[in-house]
Amino acid sequence: MKSIIEYISGIYRGLRSLLIGMSVTGKYFFSPRAIVTQQYPENRHGHGKRSKKQLVMFDRFKGEVVMPHDANNQHKCTGCGICEINCPNGTIEIISVSKVGEDGKKKRAIEKHIYRLGMCSFCALCVKTCPSKALEFSQEFEHAVFDRTKLVKVLNKPGSSLMKGVE
Amino acid sequence: MTEEISSVVEVDDQEYIINFGPQHPSTHGVLRFVVNLRGEVVKNLQPHIGYIHRGIEKMCEKLTYQQIIHLTDRMDYLSAHMNNEAVCLCVEKALDIEVPERVKYVRTILDELNRIASHQLWWCSFGMDMGGQTCYFYGLRDREKILDIFEETCGGRLLLSYNTPGGLMWDIHPNFQQRIKDFIKYFRKKLPEYDKILTGNVILQERTKGIGHLSLEDAISYGVTGPTARASGFSCDVRKNYPYSAYDKVDFKEILYTEGDTFHRYLARMEEMRESMKILEQLVDNIPAGDFTAKMKPVVKLPEGEYFQRVETSRGELGVYIISKGDKFPYRIKFRSPNFCNLATMNLMASGFKIADLIAISGSMDLVIPDIDR
Repeated sequence: MKSIIEYISGIYRGLRSLLIGMSVTGKYFFSPRAIVTQQYPENRHGHGKRSKKQLVMFDRFKGEVVMPHDANNQHKCTGCGICEINCPNGTIEIISVSKVGEDGKKKRAIEKHIYRLGMCSFCALCVKTCPSKALEFSQEFEHAVFDRTKLVKVLNKPGSSLMKGVE
Repeated sequence: MTEEISSVVEVDDQEYIINFGPQHPSTHGVLRFVVNLRGEVVKNLQPHIGYIHRGIEKMCEKLTYQQIIHLTDRMDYLSAHMNNEAVCLCVEKALDIEVPERVKYVRTILDELNRIASHQLWWCSFGMDMGGQTCYFYGLRDREKILDIFEETCGGRLLLSYNTPGGLMWDIHPNFQQRIKDFIKYFRKKLPEYDKILTGNVILQERTKGIGHLSLEDAISYGVTGPTARASGFSCDVRKNYPYSAYDKVDFKEILYTEGDTFHRYLARMEEMRESMKILEQLVDNIPAGDFTAKMKPVVKLPEGEYFQRVETSRGELGVYIISKGDKFPYRIKFRSPNFCNLATMNLMASGFKIADLIAISGSMDLVIPDIDR
Protein backbone atom coordinates (compact mmCIF):
# COMPACT_ATOMS: atom_id res chain seq x y z
CA MET A 1 0.00 0.00 0.00
CA LYS A 2 2.80 2.35 0.95
CA SER A 3 4.58 1.80 -2.33
CA ILE A 4 1.41 2.58 -4.27
CA ILE A 5 1.03 5.90 -2.44
CA GLU A 6 4.67 6.71 -3.16
CA TYR A 7 4.17 5.80 -6.78
CA ILE A 8 1.13 8.03 -7.20
CA SER A 9 2.63 10.92 -5.26
CA GLY A 10 5.76 10.55 -7.42
CA ILE A 11 3.67 10.93 -10.55
CA TYR A 12 1.94 13.93 -9.03
CA ARG A 13 5.22 15.61 -8.07
CA GLY A 14 6.69 14.91 -11.49
CA LEU A 15 3.73 16.38 -13.29
CA ARG A 16 3.77 19.39 -11.00
CA SER A 17 7.45 20.10 -11.76
CA LEU A 18 6.78 19.83 -15.47
CA LEU A 19 3.84 22.22 -15.20
CA ILE A 20 5.95 24.74 -13.26
CA GLY A 21 8.51 24.62 -16.05
CA MET A 22 5.84 24.95 -18.69
CA SER A 23 4.32 27.94 -16.92
CA VAL A 24 7.56 29.79 -17.67
CA THR A 25 7.72 28.74 -21.29
CA GLY A 26 3.98 29.37 -21.68
CA LYS A 27 4.41 32.88 -20.33
CA TYR A 28 6.90 33.65 -23.08
CA PHE A 29 4.84 31.84 -25.69
CA PHE A 30 1.91 34.19 -25.13
CA SER A 31 3.88 37.42 -24.73
CA PRO A 32 5.50 38.39 -28.02
CA ARG A 33 7.10 41.42 -26.37
CA ALA A 34 9.54 39.18 -24.57
CA ILE A 35 11.03 37.98 -27.86
CA VAL A 36 14.61 39.15 -28.05
CA THR A 37 15.52 37.67 -31.41
CA GLN A 38 16.98 40.11 -33.88
CA GLN A 39 16.16 39.31 -37.46
CA TYR A 40 19.46 38.85 -39.22
CA PRO A 41 20.32 39.73 -41.99
CA GLU A 42 17.11 41.66 -42.66
CA ASN A 43 17.54 44.27 -39.94
CA ARG A 44 21.29 44.61 -39.83
CA HIS A 45 21.40 48.07 -41.33
CA GLY A 46 18.07 49.20 -40.01
CA HIS A 47 16.02 48.54 -43.13
CA GLY A 48 13.10 46.15 -43.01
CA LYS A 49 9.88 46.69 -41.16
CA ARG A 50 11.16 46.62 -37.62
CA SER A 51 14.01 49.03 -38.08
CA LYS A 52 13.97 49.88 -34.38
CA LYS A 53 15.95 46.75 -33.69
CA GLN A 54 18.74 47.51 -36.06
CA LEU A 55 22.03 45.87 -35.37
CA VAL A 56 24.52 48.48 -34.24
CA MET A 57 27.91 47.45 -32.97
CA PHE A 58 29.55 49.33 -30.14
CA ASP A 59 32.25 51.89 -30.91
CA ARG A 60 35.01 49.77 -29.45
CA PHE A 61 34.00 46.61 -31.28
CA LYS A 62 37.04 45.06 -32.90
CA GLY A 63 35.79 44.46 -36.43
CA GLU A 64 38.83 44.99 -38.60
CA VAL A 65 41.83 47.28 -38.62
CA VAL A 66 41.47 50.35 -40.82
CA MET A 67 43.56 53.43 -41.45
CA PRO A 68 41.41 56.56 -41.37
CA HIS A 69 42.05 59.11 -44.12
CA ASP A 70 40.93 62.72 -44.03
CA ALA A 71 39.28 64.70 -46.83
CA ASN A 72 42.64 65.44 -48.51
CA ASN A 73 43.41 61.70 -48.71
CA GLN A 74 45.99 61.99 -45.97
CA HIS A 75 46.73 59.48 -43.22
CA LYS A 76 48.86 59.49 -40.10
CA CYS A 77 51.05 56.44 -40.73
CA THR A 78 54.74 57.27 -40.75
CA GLY A 79 55.85 53.74 -41.55
CA CYS A 80 57.75 53.24 -38.31
CA GLY A 81 56.85 49.54 -38.21
CA ILE A 82 55.90 49.32 -34.54
CA CYS A 83 52.60 47.67 -35.40
CA GLU A 84 54.46 45.13 -37.52
CA ILE A 85 56.78 44.26 -34.61
CA ASN A 86 53.94 44.03 -32.11
CA CYS A 87 51.68 41.84 -34.21
CA PRO A 88 51.86 38.27 -32.88
CA ASN A 89 50.76 36.62 -36.13
CA GLY A 90 52.60 38.52 -38.82
CA THR A 91 49.34 40.02 -39.98
CA ILE A 92 50.80 43.41 -40.84
CA GLU A 93 53.51 44.04 -43.40
CA ILE A 94 54.78 47.50 -44.23
CA ILE A 95 56.52 48.21 -47.49
CA SER A 96 58.20 51.57 -47.14
CA VAL A 97 60.18 53.79 -49.46
CA SER A 98 62.42 56.70 -48.63
CA LYS A 99 61.27 59.94 -50.18
CA VAL A 100 63.05 63.26 -50.33
CA GLY A 101 60.97 65.79 -48.44
CA GLU A 102 60.50 69.49 -49.05
CA ASP A 103 63.45 70.38 -46.83
CA GLY A 104 65.75 68.10 -48.81
CA LYS A 105 66.01 65.43 -46.11
CA LYS A 106 65.33 61.81 -46.82
CA LYS A 107 62.17 60.60 -45.09
CA ARG A 108 60.62 57.21 -44.68
CA ALA A 109 57.11 56.87 -46.05
CA ILE A 110 54.82 53.93 -46.57
CA GLU A 111 54.16 52.58 -49.98
CA LYS A 112 51.87 49.82 -48.83
CA HIS A 113 50.47 48.98 -45.42
CA ILE A 114 49.38 45.39 -45.95
CA TYR A 115 46.87 43.91 -43.53
CA ARG A 116 45.96 40.24 -43.77
CA LEU A 117 42.52 39.96 -42.26
CA GLY A 118 42.56 36.17 -42.48
CA MET A 119 45.49 35.99 -40.07
CA CYS A 120 44.35 38.66 -37.64
CA SER A 121 43.39 37.55 -34.16
CA PHE A 122 42.06 40.96 -33.02
CA CYS A 123 44.36 41.40 -30.04
CA ALA A 124 44.41 45.18 -30.66
CA LEU A 125 48.15 45.50 -29.99
CA CYS A 126 48.77 47.33 -33.28
CA VAL A 127 46.07 49.89 -32.57
CA LYS A 128 47.21 50.38 -28.99
CA THR A 129 50.92 50.70 -29.67
CA CYS A 130 50.75 52.95 -32.75
CA PRO A 131 52.62 56.13 -31.73
CA SER A 132 50.79 58.38 -34.18
CA LYS A 133 47.31 56.81 -33.75
CA ALA A 134 47.17 55.98 -37.42
CA LEU A 135 45.22 52.74 -37.01
CA GLU A 136 41.84 52.06 -35.53
CA PHE A 137 39.15 49.41 -35.53
CA SER A 138 36.09 49.65 -37.72
CA GLN A 139 32.82 48.05 -36.69
CA GLU A 140 32.50 46.02 -39.88
CA PHE A 141 31.96 42.38 -38.96
CA GLU A 142 30.75 40.65 -42.11
CA HIS A 143 34.08 39.43 -43.40
CA ALA A 144 32.98 36.47 -45.51
CA VAL A 145 34.34 36.56 -49.07
CA PHE A 146 34.45 34.00 -51.87
CA ASP A 147 38.16 34.37 -52.55
CA ARG A 148 40.72 34.45 -49.80
CA THR A 149 43.02 36.80 -51.69
CA LYS A 150 40.40 39.44 -50.92
CA LEU A 151 41.32 39.14 -47.27
CA VAL A 152 44.72 40.70 -47.97
CA LYS A 153 44.05 44.41 -47.77
CA VAL A 154 46.13 47.49 -48.39
CA LEU A 155 45.13 49.96 -45.73
CA ASN A 156 46.53 53.18 -47.21
CA LYS A 157 44.47 54.43 -50.12
CA PRO A 158 46.17 54.92 -53.48
CA GLY A 159 47.75 58.33 -53.84
CA SER A 160 47.50 59.07 -50.13
CA SER A 161 50.18 60.96 -48.29
CA LEU A 162 51.26 61.63 -44.74
CA MET A 163 49.27 64.20 -42.80
CA LYS A 164 51.16 67.37 -41.98
CA GLY A 165 52.45 67.66 -38.46
CA VAL A 166 52.72 63.89 -37.91
CA GLU A 167 56.27 62.77 -37.31
CA MET B 1 42.54 0.66 -32.03
CA THR B 2 40.92 -2.36 -30.40
CA GLU B 3 44.34 -3.91 -29.89
CA GLU B 4 45.61 -0.70 -28.43
CA ILE B 5 42.82 -0.64 -25.85
CA SER B 6 42.78 -4.36 -25.09
CA SER B 7 46.44 -4.23 -24.25
CA VAL B 8 45.57 -1.84 -21.45
CA VAL B 9 42.17 -3.10 -20.37
CA GLU B 10 41.05 -6.67 -20.16
CA VAL B 11 38.12 -7.16 -22.48
CA ASP B 12 36.12 -10.36 -22.25
CA ASP B 13 33.75 -11.58 -24.91
CA GLN B 14 30.75 -10.02 -23.15
CA GLU B 15 32.13 -6.51 -23.51
CA TYR B 16 32.38 -4.31 -26.49
CA ILE B 17 34.11 -1.04 -27.16
CA ILE B 18 32.52 2.03 -28.67
CA ASN B 19 33.88 5.41 -29.58
CA PHE B 20 32.04 8.25 -27.92
CA GLY B 21 33.01 11.30 -29.92
CA PRO B 22 35.08 13.08 -31.17
CA GLN B 23 32.12 14.54 -33.03
CA HIS B 24 29.43 13.78 -30.49
CA PRO B 25 27.38 16.88 -29.68
CA SER B 26 27.37 16.23 -25.95
CA THR B 27 31.17 16.13 -25.67
CA HIS B 28 31.14 19.90 -26.29
CA GLY B 29 34.07 19.85 -28.62
CA VAL B 30 36.44 17.31 -30.03
CA LEU B 31 36.91 14.90 -27.16
CA ARG B 32 36.87 11.17 -27.69
CA PHE B 33 35.93 8.68 -25.02
CA VAL B 34 36.74 5.05 -25.72
CA VAL B 35 34.09 3.30 -23.67
CA ASN B 36 34.05 -0.35 -22.66
CA LEU B 37 30.46 -1.41 -22.40
CA ARG B 38 28.85 -4.45 -20.95
CA GLY B 39 25.33 -4.19 -22.21
CA GLU B 40 24.52 -0.62 -21.41
CA VAL B 41 26.80 -0.28 -18.42
CA VAL B 42 30.10 1.53 -18.67
CA LYS B 43 32.92 -0.73 -17.48
CA ASN B 44 35.87 1.40 -18.41
CA LEU B 45 36.37 4.73 -20.04
CA GLN B 46 39.45 6.28 -21.54
CA PRO B 47 39.49 9.86 -22.70
CA HIS B 48 41.55 10.50 -25.81
CA ILE B 49 42.61 14.08 -26.15
CA GLY B 50 44.68 16.16 -28.50
CA TYR B 51 42.29 16.77 -31.38
CA ILE B 52 42.49 20.52 -30.94
CA HIS B 53 46.08 20.77 -29.74
CA ARG B 54 47.58 23.96 -31.09
CA GLY B 55 50.79 24.04 -29.15
CA ILE B 56 49.98 27.25 -27.32
CA GLU B 57 52.69 26.70 -24.72
CA LYS B 58 55.31 26.30 -27.42
CA MET B 59 54.00 29.26 -29.41
CA CYS B 60 54.32 31.42 -26.31
CA GLU B 61 58.08 30.88 -26.25
CA LYS B 62 58.41 33.06 -29.33
CA LEU B 63 56.04 35.80 -28.20
CA THR B 64 56.50 38.74 -25.88
CA TYR B 65 54.50 38.89 -22.68
CA GLN B 66 51.98 41.30 -24.19
CA GLN B 67 51.47 39.02 -27.17
CA ILE B 68 50.93 35.91 -25.04
CA ILE B 69 47.69 37.38 -23.70
CA HIS B 70 45.72 36.89 -26.89
CA LEU B 71 46.66 33.20 -27.03
CA THR B 72 45.43 32.53 -23.51
CA ASP B 73 42.01 33.73 -24.64
CA ARG B 74 41.89 30.72 -26.86
CA MET B 75 42.49 28.11 -24.18
CA ASP B 76 39.45 28.32 -21.97
CA TYR B 77 37.47 30.62 -24.19
CA LEU B 78 34.51 30.77 -21.84
CA SER B 79 36.62 32.26 -19.08
CA ALA B 80 38.89 34.26 -21.35
CA HIS B 81 39.32 37.13 -18.95
CA MET B 82 40.53 34.94 -16.11
CA ASN B 83 43.10 33.35 -18.39
CA ASN B 84 44.35 36.78 -19.43
CA GLU B 85 44.50 37.85 -15.84
CA ALA B 86 46.49 34.80 -14.78
CA VAL B 87 49.35 35.63 -17.15
CA CYS B 88 49.19 39.33 -16.28
CA LEU B 89 49.29 38.64 -12.54
CA CYS B 90 52.23 36.30 -13.01
CA VAL B 91 54.20 38.89 -15.00
CA GLU B 92 53.31 41.62 -12.50
CA LYS B 93 54.41 39.38 -9.65
CA ALA B 94 57.71 38.73 -11.38
CA LEU B 95 58.34 42.41 -12.03
CA ASP B 96 57.10 43.33 -8.56
CA ILE B 97 54.66 45.90 -9.90
CA GLU B 98 51.73 47.16 -7.88
CA VAL B 99 48.85 47.81 -10.26
CA PRO B 100 46.43 50.66 -9.50
CA GLU B 101 43.37 49.89 -7.37
CA ARG B 102 41.10 50.72 -10.28
CA VAL B 103 42.64 47.93 -12.34
CA LYS B 104 42.13 45.43 -9.53
CA TYR B 105 38.48 46.34 -9.17
CA VAL B 106 37.74 46.26 -12.89
CA ARG B 107 39.52 42.93 -13.25
CA THR B 108 37.50 41.42 -10.43
CA ILE B 109 34.24 42.71 -11.88
CA LEU B 110 35.06 41.31 -15.31
CA ASP B 111 36.09 38.01 -13.72
CA GLU B 112 32.73 37.63 -12.09
CA LEU B 113 30.82 38.72 -15.17
CA ASN B 114 32.77 36.17 -17.15
CA ARG B 115 32.03 33.52 -14.54
CA ILE B 116 28.31 34.21 -14.76
CA ALA B 117 28.42 34.15 -18.56
CA SER B 118 30.30 30.88 -18.50
CA HIS B 119 27.91 29.27 -16.05
CA GLN B 120 24.95 30.49 -18.09
CA LEU B 121 26.32 28.80 -21.17
CA TRP B 122 27.07 25.69 -19.14
CA TRP B 123 23.52 25.73 -17.76
CA CYS B 124 21.92 25.92 -21.16
CA SER B 125 24.14 23.27 -22.72
CA PHE B 126 23.69 21.00 -19.72
CA GLY B 127 19.96 21.41 -20.09
CA MET B 128 20.24 20.47 -23.72
CA ASP B 129 22.32 17.40 -22.87
CA MET B 130 19.52 16.36 -20.55
CA GLY B 131 16.98 16.81 -23.32
CA GLY B 132 15.66 20.28 -22.51
CA GLN B 133 16.05 22.32 -25.66
CA THR B 134 14.29 25.34 -24.15
CA CYS B 135 17.08 25.99 -21.67
CA TYR B 136 19.46 26.81 -24.45
CA PHE B 137 17.54 29.84 -25.59
CA TYR B 138 16.93 31.18 -22.11
CA GLY B 139 20.55 30.86 -21.12
CA LEU B 140 21.84 32.50 -24.26
CA ARG B 141 19.29 35.29 -23.98
CA ASP B 142 20.66 36.33 -20.60
CA ARG B 143 24.27 35.75 -21.60
CA GLU B 144 23.79 38.26 -24.40
CA LYS B 145 23.42 41.02 -21.80
CA ILE B 146 26.87 40.24 -20.41
CA LEU B 147 28.38 39.98 -23.86
CA ASP B 148 27.06 43.47 -24.55
CA ILE B 149 28.92 44.76 -21.50
CA PHE B 150 32.08 43.08 -22.73
CA GLU B 151 31.63 44.38 -26.23
CA GLU B 152 31.15 47.94 -25.09
CA THR B 153 34.18 48.02 -22.79
CA CYS B 154 36.63 45.46 -24.13
CA GLY B 155 35.77 45.38 -27.82
CA GLY B 156 35.39 41.63 -27.95
CA ARG B 157 32.48 39.45 -27.04
CA LEU B 158 34.10 36.10 -26.39
CA LEU B 159 37.83 36.65 -26.72
CA LEU B 160 38.38 39.80 -24.74
CA SER B 161 42.16 40.44 -24.72
CA TYR B 162 41.42 43.30 -22.36
CA ASN B 163 44.22 42.71 -19.90
CA THR B 164 47.80 43.61 -20.50
CA PRO B 165 50.74 43.18 -18.14
CA GLY B 166 50.47 46.17 -15.82
CA GLY B 167 46.82 46.97 -16.25
CA LEU B 168 44.12 47.18 -18.86
CA MET B 169 44.21 47.94 -22.57
CA TRP B 170 42.03 51.02 -22.20
CA ASP B 171 39.76 52.55 -19.60
CA ILE B 172 36.27 51.25 -18.93
CA HIS B 173 33.39 52.66 -20.93
CA PRO B 174 31.27 55.34 -19.20
CA ASN B 175 28.22 53.07 -19.41
CA PHE B 176 30.04 50.16 -17.79
CA GLN B 177 28.71 50.55 -14.25
CA GLN B 178 25.14 51.35 -15.27
CA ARG B 179 24.99 48.32 -17.54
CA ILE B 180 26.18 46.03 -14.78
CA LYS B 181 23.58 47.42 -12.38
CA ASP B 182 20.91 46.88 -15.02
CA PHE B 183 22.14 43.38 -15.60
CA ILE B 184 22.08 42.43 -11.93
CA LYS B 185 18.56 43.78 -11.61
CA TYR B 186 17.52 41.86 -14.71
CA PHE B 187 19.26 38.62 -13.85
CA ARG B 188 17.94 38.52 -10.27
CA LYS B 189 14.51 38.27 -11.85
CA LYS B 190 15.52 35.69 -14.43
CA LEU B 191 17.53 33.30 -12.27
CA PRO B 192 14.41 31.87 -10.52
CA GLU B 193 13.19 30.94 -14.00
CA TYR B 194 16.24 28.72 -14.40
CA ASP B 195 15.25 26.89 -11.25
CA LYS B 196 11.67 26.57 -12.40
CA ILE B 197 12.59 25.21 -15.81
CA LEU B 198 15.43 22.87 -14.95
CA THR B 199 16.40 22.53 -11.29
CA GLY B 200 13.01 21.42 -10.07
CA ASN B 201 12.35 19.35 -13.16
CA VAL B 202 11.63 15.73 -12.38
CA ILE B 203 13.54 14.41 -15.38
CA LEU B 204 16.71 16.29 -14.41
CA GLN B 205 16.46 15.18 -10.82
CA GLU B 206 15.94 11.54 -11.71
CA ARG B 207 18.83 11.59 -14.12
CA THR B 208 21.35 13.39 -11.91
CA LYS B 209 20.70 12.52 -8.27
CA GLY B 210 23.12 9.88 -7.07
CA ILE B 211 24.81 9.64 -10.47
CA GLY B 212 28.54 9.98 -10.95
CA HIS B 213 29.64 10.18 -7.35
CA LEU B 214 33.06 11.70 -6.69
CA SER B 215 34.35 11.29 -3.16
CA LEU B 216 36.32 13.93 -1.32
CA GLU B 217 39.41 11.69 -1.21
CA ASP B 218 39.35 11.14 -4.95
CA ALA B 219 38.75 14.81 -5.64
CA ILE B 220 41.84 15.75 -3.64
CA SER B 221 44.08 13.00 -4.95
CA TYR B 222 43.18 13.65 -8.59
CA GLY B 223 43.67 17.40 -8.20
CA VAL B 224 40.10 18.26 -9.12
CA THR B 225 39.26 21.92 -8.62
CA GLY B 226 36.45 24.33 -9.20
CA PRO B 227 32.75 23.72 -8.65
CA THR B 228 33.29 20.05 -9.48
CA ALA B 229 35.50 19.63 -6.42
CA ARG B 230 33.49 21.96 -4.23
CA ALA B 231 30.42 19.80 -4.80
CA SER B 232 32.43 17.00 -3.19
CA GLY B 233 33.31 19.14 -0.19
CA PHE B 234 36.85 20.10 -1.18
CA SER B 235 37.40 23.73 -0.22
CA CYS B 236 39.63 24.82 -3.09
CA ASP B 237 38.45 28.29 -4.05
CA VAL B 238 41.56 30.31 -4.89
CA ARG B 239 39.54 33.50 -4.59
CA LYS B 240 38.86 32.69 -0.95
CA ASN B 241 42.05 30.93 0.10
CA TYR B 242 44.68 32.93 -1.78
CA PRO B 243 42.95 36.18 -2.75
CA TYR B 244 44.22 38.08 -5.77
CA SER B 245 43.03 41.34 -7.37
CA ALA B 246 40.20 42.73 -5.23
CA TYR B 247 38.87 39.47 -3.82
CA ASP B 248 40.23 40.26 -0.37
CA LYS B 249 37.89 43.25 -0.21
CA VAL B 250 34.66 41.46 -0.97
CA ASP B 251 32.48 39.25 1.14
CA PHE B 252 31.24 36.09 -0.48
CA LYS B 253 30.51 32.52 0.41
CA GLU B 254 32.36 29.52 -0.91
CA ILE B 255 29.76 27.07 -2.17
CA LEU B 256 30.40 23.69 -0.61
CA TYR B 257 28.37 20.51 -0.82
CA THR B 258 29.37 17.13 0.51
CA GLU B 259 27.34 14.82 -1.74
CA GLY B 260 29.53 15.07 -4.82
CA ASP B 261 27.03 13.73 -7.32
CA THR B 262 25.97 15.24 -10.62
CA PHE B 263 23.03 17.09 -9.13
CA HIS B 264 25.20 18.82 -6.56
CA ARG B 265 27.74 19.82 -9.15
CA TYR B 266 24.79 21.39 -10.91
CA LEU B 267 23.66 23.13 -7.72
CA ALA B 268 27.19 24.37 -6.98
CA ARG B 269 27.31 26.20 -10.29
CA MET B 270 23.84 27.63 -9.88
CA GLU B 271 24.74 28.97 -6.43
CA GLU B 272 28.01 30.38 -7.78
CA MET B 273 26.06 32.58 -10.13
CA ARG B 274 24.25 34.07 -7.13
CA GLU B 275 27.50 34.57 -5.24
CA SER B 276 29.07 36.22 -8.29
CA MET B 277 26.20 38.68 -8.40
CA LYS B 278 26.81 39.50 -4.73
CA ILE B 279 30.45 40.24 -5.50
CA LEU B 280 29.44 42.43 -8.42
CA GLU B 281 27.03 44.39 -6.26
CA GLN B 282 29.75 45.10 -3.73
CA LEU B 283 32.26 46.28 -6.30
CA VAL B 284 30.34 48.04 -9.02
CA ASP B 285 29.74 51.28 -7.13
CA ASN B 286 33.15 51.44 -5.56
CA ILE B 287 35.50 51.46 -8.55
CA PRO B 288 38.20 53.91 -7.42
CA ALA B 289 39.39 56.65 -9.73
CA GLY B 290 42.89 56.47 -11.08
CA ASP B 291 44.97 55.16 -13.93
CA PHE B 292 43.91 52.13 -15.89
CA THR B 293 47.47 50.90 -16.18
CA ALA B 294 50.66 50.99 -14.19
CA LYS B 295 53.73 52.56 -15.75
CA MET B 296 55.38 49.89 -17.85
CA LYS B 297 58.35 49.82 -20.15
CA PRO B 298 57.43 49.16 -23.76
CA VAL B 299 59.53 45.98 -23.74
CA VAL B 300 58.75 43.81 -20.74
CA LYS B 301 61.70 41.71 -19.63
CA LEU B 302 61.26 39.39 -16.70
CA PRO B 303 64.21 38.90 -14.35
CA GLU B 304 65.72 35.44 -14.40
CA GLY B 305 63.77 33.00 -12.31
CA GLU B 306 60.62 30.95 -12.02
CA TYR B 307 57.23 32.42 -11.29
CA PHE B 308 53.86 30.91 -10.54
CA GLN B 309 50.44 32.44 -10.18
CA ARG B 310 47.07 30.84 -9.97
CA VAL B 311 43.58 32.15 -10.43
CA GLU B 312 40.13 30.68 -10.15
CA THR B 313 38.48 30.33 -13.53
CA SER B 314 34.90 29.26 -13.88
CA ARG B 315 36.02 25.62 -14.06
CA GLY B 316 38.70 25.52 -11.43
CA GLU B 317 42.22 26.53 -10.71
CA LEU B 318 44.37 27.80 -13.54
CA GLY B 319 48.07 28.02 -12.81
CA VAL B 320 50.60 29.87 -14.92
CA TYR B 321 54.21 28.86 -14.49
CA ILE B 322 56.83 30.98 -16.24
CA ILE B 323 60.53 30.23 -16.42
CA SER B 324 62.43 33.29 -17.52
CA LYS B 325 66.03 33.60 -18.59
CA GLY B 326 65.90 37.37 -18.56
CA ASP B 327 64.65 37.73 -22.13
CA LYS B 328 61.56 39.43 -23.42
CA PHE B 329 60.22 35.98 -24.26
CA PRO B 330 59.51 33.31 -21.64
CA TYR B 331 61.96 30.41 -21.71
CA ARG B 332 59.12 28.06 -20.88
CA ILE B 333 55.51 28.67 -19.97
CA LYS B 334 53.22 26.04 -18.54
CA PHE B 335 49.52 26.31 -17.97
CA ARG B 336 47.98 24.10 -15.35
CA SER B 337 44.52 23.91 -16.79
CA PRO B 338 41.61 22.90 -14.58
CA ASN B 339 39.79 20.86 -17.21
CA PHE B 340 42.68 18.51 -17.82
CA CYS B 341 42.80 17.43 -14.19
CA ASN B 342 39.02 17.27 -13.92
CA LEU B 343 38.82 15.05 -16.98
CA ALA B 344 41.03 12.44 -15.31
CA THR B 345 38.21 11.54 -12.93
CA MET B 346 35.78 10.65 -15.74
CA ASN B 347 36.59 6.94 -15.58
CA LEU B 348 36.15 6.98 -11.83
CA MET B 349 32.79 8.69 -11.97
CA ALA B 350 31.26 7.01 -15.00
CA SER B 351 32.24 3.40 -14.30
CA GLY B 352 29.25 1.37 -13.25
CA PHE B 353 26.72 3.79 -14.67
CA LYS B 354 24.82 3.60 -17.92
CA ILE B 355 25.98 5.28 -21.07
CA ALA B 356 23.18 7.84 -20.84
CA ASP B 357 24.52 8.83 -17.43
CA LEU B 358 27.92 9.40 -18.99
CA ILE B 359 26.44 12.35 -20.85
CA ALA B 360 25.01 13.75 -17.63
CA ILE B 361 28.34 13.34 -15.86
CA SER B 362 30.47 14.87 -18.59
CA GLY B 363 27.94 17.69 -18.91
CA SER B 364 28.14 18.44 -15.21
CA MET B 365 31.95 18.65 -15.42
CA ASP B 366 31.62 21.63 -17.77
CA LEU B 367 34.52 20.57 -19.95
CA VAL B 368 36.06 22.99 -22.40
CA ILE B 369 38.18 20.95 -24.77
CA PRO B 370 40.60 23.64 -26.06
CA ASP B 371 41.62 24.15 -22.45
CA ILE B 372 42.46 20.45 -22.11
CA ASP B 373 44.49 20.24 -25.32
CA ARG B 374 45.86 23.78 -25.38
